[in-house]
Amino acid sequence: MSIRHGLLALLSQGSRHGYQLRAEFEASTGATWPLNIGQVYTTLSRMERDGLVAPGEQDEQGRIAYSITQDGRAEVDRWFATPITQTERPRDELAIKLAMAVTAPGVDVGRVVQAQRTATMRTLQELTRNKRGLDRPLDTAQTLILDSKIFQAEAELRWLDHCEAFLSRRSLQHPQEQQ
Amino acid sequence: MIDRDPSPVPPPAEEDPDRDLVVELADVSRVHVEGAQVVHALKEVSLEIRAGELIAVMGPSGSGKSTLLNIAGGLDRPTSGEVMVEGELLDLLPPSRLAALRRRRVGYVFQDLNLIPSLTAVENVMLPRELDGVRTGKARQEALAVLGEIGLADLAGRFPDELSGGQRQRVAIARALVGERRLILADEPTGALDTATGDDILRLLRARADAGAAVLLVTHEPRYAGWADRVVFLRDGQIVDSATAGLVSAR
Repeated sequence: MSIRHGLLALLSQGSRHGYQLRAEFEASTGATWPLNIGQVYTTLSRMERDGLVAPGEQDEQGRIAYSITQDGRAEVDRWFATPITQTERPRDELAIKLAMAVTAPGVDVGRVVQAQRTATMRTLQELTRNKRGLDRPLDTAQTLILDSKIFQAEAELRWLDHCEAFLSRRSLQHPQEQQ
Repeated sequence: MIDRDPSPVPPPAEEDPDRDLVVELADVSRVHVEGAQVVHALKEVSLEIRAGELIAVMGPSGSGKSTLLNIAGGLDRPTSGEVMVEGELLDLLPPSRLAALRRRRVGYVFQDLNLIPSLTAVENVMLPRELDGVRTGKARQEALAVLGEIGLADLAGRFPDELSGGQRQRVAIARALVGERRLILADEPTGALDTATGDDILRLLRARADAGAAVLLVTHEPRYAGWADRVVFLRDGQIVDSATAGLVSAR
């Protein structure tokens, strides 16, 4: 689930308290995914329960900074390394993953893009195969639904190409942004 | 919804030893010298294409896609590495034999159609066969059969400027398919066609592969690459990854 992984990715850069996490999450995702502070704390306490984060001491203002655990780091790494399947995806998870990947330290964004491109291309090959009606003939409605999925996969692949081109141009123009 | 295979790196393509190897590129490199600049268009690329396979090559412009296609069809020679087409090492072929192999066994489809405007559709399709010395009557028969196969039998007598863009492209493909082409090379064959017409072109190429040809398709359109058995991603002259269809269907 991407709020959880988004917050973990932010915590992998250092400990943060709830309001900080919310502000940075919204900044990283271009405010396409507004969070309320309740969601942040609920997510943090679930992650604490699961051993992915650990709370620190309260400061003078009563705020608790959370830091990521060893298990939490492993979970972030796994998330970045695994392409999203269409079945488990809220539509924007891939966008959020890439937004996090460019800010999180030590993530090879090119590899994240390529892994997703290969996985999405395989989906597109499978969809095209279904559209050819080899396994079973399709009626018009089924064909239209398949086309919709084909266009979605196509759009995602184009967007990944765009991200890659944008990032490589950016790294030429702003080498200081690269770690 | 659609299942996706979550593993980030695909397993290697399943080799079917019963199918003949039509093209084999082994450690192929191609260096162009442009003035003082040395351009490494391909860097030690290895690729096998078997009969019945449709392989798509994708990559940004300048990644070496067209160079790969031209080398596979003997239109360009590698700086190093080996190219085998149907068991013949292209490097060892004298120019006349190479030209004959290109003409008889390889079909090319380019974005630039190159139909001859003063010849009708069927005459354009007949041309390569007549150049091969096939009698006019037989060449005409073969050409009409291919035009029928791609749904253009009614338009055989029309001149190129009496055809739509999609129809012209299908005639160009018919010309590439006529005769015993074991290898079809297509460089952006869908050009500026709309998606439905582009799908028709891919259906044709796919049918040809299913009938036993080896097809190598260069495209920047994911939609058309989706028809391939295997999609090869090129970056800076190297194959960085490939996606193989069918490995997820068992799920």
